[in-house]
Amino acid sequence: MPLNRDYIGRKAPVGEPVEITRGDIRRFAAAIGDDNPLYTDRAAAQAAGYADVVAPPTFLISASTGGGGGGFILEPELGLNFAMVVHGEEAFAFDRPVVAGDVLTLEQRIDDITAKGSNELMTLVTEVTDQAGAHVATITNTIVSRGTA
Amino acid sequence: MPAFSEVEVGTEIPARDFQLKRDNLVRYAGASGDFNIIHWNERVAKSVGLPNVIAHGMLTMATAGRVVTDWAGDPGRVVSYGVRFSRPVVVEDDDQGATLTVSGVVEEKHDDGTVVVGLTAVVGENKVLMGAKAVVRLS
Repeated sequence: MPLNRDYIGRKAPVGEPVEITRGDIRRFAAAIGDDNPLYTDRAAAQAAGYADVVAPPTFLISASTGGGGGGFILEPELGLNFAMVVHGEEAFAFDRPVVAGDVLTLEQRIDDITAKGSNELMTLVTEVTDQAGAHVATITNTIVSRGTA
Repeated sequence: MPAFSEVEVGTEIPARDFQLKRDNLVRYAGASGDFNIIHWNERVAKSVGLPNVIAHGMLTMATAGRVVTDWAGDPGRVVSYGVRFSRPVVVEDDDQGATLTVSGVVEEKHDDGTVVVGLTAVVGENKVLMGAKAVVRLS
């Protein structure tokens, strides 16, 4: 069944602001097998000029779509069946790196839903701002909903 | 970190192999919060037309990104990173899993101190990422 086109342009925060901890970053870095000391060693991160340990470039997925997000893309009315979903594209653009101690607000919007053959493509844009209201990153995610067009 | 002045368009980052096994997928599911069933349940994965369990696209992306962050030394220097997922990485239930081979090349160099690194990520002969690029700010 096709995705609900009424969701195009829908925009909403993803839950409450999320605090990024050293533990979150350490776990994520371990899961991708990356032993870069800037992910785990606060002194090393501070020596490199950061307030605290740095998050890997793709870390924010854990606060957005990767974690299910708790956002409106989970609403049954959208009609997204995750077993039929594969990832199409993903892009992160940073104003600055994410560091432990950030309290981030994520706002998601569905930019588009289009049919491509038997599949549908949905583009989801997540804007990330910090506790000072400064923009931190934009995440652009395109998912493929297989066979639902 | 490579010095901006010493990096040229065409500078290569040598290929590296990464094993992605079922336990890596489980670990990534936990850390990322992505518990989509196609990444851990072979029965369901096959029932929806996939050859087997597939790796999280974001795990493939993160793994390929290590080639850039290791090269740069400082992952905070990555200004942007984007990929297209061209085919799924199928992870059999064995001790080998899938072998992801990733290499990079500097494709552009800009006056603002950034370089664009293009990444190639293959499993066997098949490209699993297309248009994978990271913009990195060097000193």
